[in-house]
Amino acid sequence: MKILIVIIFAFLVCQANAFRPILLLGNQNLIERTCKQTPFYDLCIWSLKSNPESRDASVKKLAQIMVDSLKTKATETLDLIDELLQDGLALDPEMQKALTSCAERYNVIIRGDVPEINEALKTGDYKFAAKGANDAAIEANSCEIEFPTKSPLTDMNKVVHDVSVVAASIVKIIQTKFSF
Amino acid sequence: MEASSSTSHDPALFHAPLLHHPRRRSSRPLKGFAVIFGSVVFLLSLVILIVNQSPEPLASNPSSVTEAGSYSMAAQPRGIAEGVSAKSNPSLFDKVGFNWTNAMFYWQRTAYHFQPQKNWMNDPDGPLYHKGWYHLFYQYNPDSAIWGNITWGHAVSKDLIHWFYLPLAMVPDQWYDINGCWTGSATLLPDGRIVMLYTGSTNESVQVQNLAYPANLSDPLLLQWLKYPGNPVVVPPTGIEDNEFRDPTTAWLGPDGSWRITVGTRFNTTIGTALVFQTTNFSDYQLLDGVLHAVPGTGMWECVDFYPVAINGSVGLDTTALGPGIKHVLKASLDDTKVDHYAIGTYDMITDKWTPDNPEEDVGIGLKVDYGRYYASKTFFDQSKQRRILYGWVNETDTEADDLEKGWASIQTIPRSVLYDNKTGTHLLQWPVEEVESLRLNATVFKDVVVEAGSVVPLDIGTATQLDILAEFEIETLVSNSTEDEVSDCGDGAVDRNTYGPFGVLVIADDSLSELTPIYFRPLNISNGSLETYFCADETRSSKAPDVTKRVYGGKVPVLDDENYNMRVLVDHSVVESFGEGGRTVITSRVYPTEAIYGAARLFLFNNASGVNVKATLKIWEMNSAFIRPFPFEETLFQEMVAST
Repeated sequence: MKILIVIIFAFLVCQANAFRPILLLGNQNLIERTCKQTPFYDLCIWSLKSNPESRDASVKKLAQIMVDSLKTKATETLDLIDELLQDGLALDPEMQKALTSCAERYNVIIRGDVPEINEALKTGDYKFAAKGANDAAIEANSCEIEFPTKSPLTDMNKVVHDVSVVAASIVKIIQTKFSF
Repeated sequence: MEASSSTSHDPALFHAPLLHHPRRRSSRPLKGFAVIFGSVVFLLSLVILIVNQSPEPLASNPSSVTEAGSYSMAAQPRGIAEGVSAKSNPSLFDKVGFNWTNAMFYWQRTAYHFQPQKNWMNDPDGPLYHKGWYHLFYQYNPDSAIWGNITWGHAVSKDLIHWFYLPLAMVPDQWYDINGCWTGSATLLPDGRIVMLYTGSTNESVQVQNLAYPANLSDPLLLQWLKYPGNPVVVPPTGIEDNEFRDPTTAWLGPDGSWRITVGTRFNTTIGTALVFQTTNFSDYQLLDGVLHAVPGTGMWECVDFYPVAINGSVGLDTTALGPGIKHVLKASLDDTKVDHYAIGTYDMITDKWTPDNPEEDVGIGLKVDYGRYYASKTFFDQSKQRRILYGWVNETDTEADDLEKGWASIQTIPRSVLYDNKTGTHLLQWPVEEVESLRLNATVFKDVVVEAGSVVPLDIGTATQLDILAEFEIETLVSNSTEDEVSDCGDGAVDRNTYGPFGVLVIADDSLSELTPIYFRPLNISNGSLETYFCADETRSSKAPDVTKRVYGGKVPVLDDENYNMRVLVDHSVVESFGEGGRTVITSRVYPTEAIYGAARLFLFNNASGVNVKATLKIWEMNSAFIRPFPFEETLFQEMVAST
């Protein structure tokens, strides 16, 4: 009898390991299902999966991860803008004007939109999270079109814009999803 | 005795095994159970291991990500995914930043609408009248022109027009509202006490209802507020989501002598619902069985409002009023669409249920309180003038960057009195409170001005940025028969011509009409000359700035046989409030012109119909500023000093 119990116990321990892949599989499904409902699937997958916190994350946490990604990308873009502005002597006045305007817009994203989204996600008044995310996309796009000729920020503006749109989409999913 | 009898039937042998092998008999079922259990587990594990063998989905295509921090331009939106299309927000791809000047921003501030000196405002809260003062509380961010850190701002007025700023009434300083002092309502008790119920977002982001009351009822300004130490008084009931339970209403007294309030929520994410709670002391509540009302497909109901109206349409009613000759209005702000809806119906005070007069125009699927940029509205009973007064929040439609740059966002509408429209029986009438007329300066009258089909007529009235316009229009048909029109609400705006319309006024327009905002009627021939009319505001050409939202707003407006087309328009810089047919259909618009500002703003009549001339009679007043400013505490002190010497 004792031996039987030992055998069963050992068996169960081995099976516990077999169950773990399901948890991972389960959350991968959530990330994929979520990203499928955004317009930029690949970007969504890449941003979420490259953050280890997405492993056991709820949809709300996925949104927060996306907002962190937005803040990171926006900060990188602002750093680049500052660098370009410091090469002041080499810039023509139109380029300088566009860069200054872009710096303002990225300040709005980092100091205005991102905190608004975070507070709204935290406190559950999701329409303000959507508002902030949508606004960030507008600011990034507005920056890009400031440049009369070639923009030095095209790639980064597109990333920030697309990440914002993805964040807004995930917020919409949260709003329509039952949560306890 | 036969020794060969089986052991199971011989009592003597039965007991013997128990003595020598104590666990033997009971171990047999246990062993069997263990074997079965082990087999089941084994089989299950096999199944799981097999399922696990299915290949893991690939990570994102590595070739589309060039390096950390950049993203290939070649990646395209994935196409029309579930519910979200790359084109679902077309405006996001088109907007260009505009170089606003300080002059343009400064012009946008209103002259006679309530707005704080700076920063963000949203929902009006706890409106009430007490000891000669009207109170306006409001969701306010003291730190920024963007939503966040929500406190209760406070202002008072003797006439709903000339407001004085007061210190903040409530700030998030308790665990039960540390993440925001959100929207709530006041109840005035028969014994003179005031109770305020409001939603707090707790330290764990749960939405709860809290009780607060004035620290000093004899203070007419109600400066200080105390929070009930036993807060929260209502928490989300079982089955209700923590994040979808907010905005308690003013209480009404039931026939059993206890009070009721309603709080909005949702079931199964899509069924907008109003729950009813009963209380005798405002600190203990009981959730009543059933709901006040629910409408599938409308989503979360915010800022629920529930109040009686007199069928004879003559006076406003106290929230508790019941009896014959009374109907009840149920109103909700739909979180999903950011629109305020209402419906008129009947309240059964015994079952605490409300049913709409017309289920096809139920709450959320029928009439709107306001067809423009308007949300989170709330009414209260003004006991001094027996009126039901409506406050409403008007957000900006420019970008948050603009809001941060100009340092403020949002205004409140001019308070409106609300009455049941007993001529149609289906609508409410909203009308700016009469006190706004105290701002009227010189009046200009235009009588029977003929505006021919397809023409624009300038109206010479001087500065056109602060106006109160009353206009009546008569149609003079030019064609003998006309084709039927496709019913399409307000269509593509004022350029969308039909036989009978559109016609109306052009506000905040410049001389060259490079910027203009048409406010107009659009009668459509739906069959054999019978007309269905829409009342509309077209913002699409209100500004040359590409980064502001410019939409066509409006809705159907009943025009009865013995009525002509009449409208009232309040123009106040970046806000226009338009009232069709005495307030049956109301539209609030935000405009941010770049040229039609200051002395360059003009007013025109227009008629873009193809088959009618229009005769217009107008009375237009220039409006004074309301000089909204901080409460003059020092002045009052000085006057008291002077008076006492």
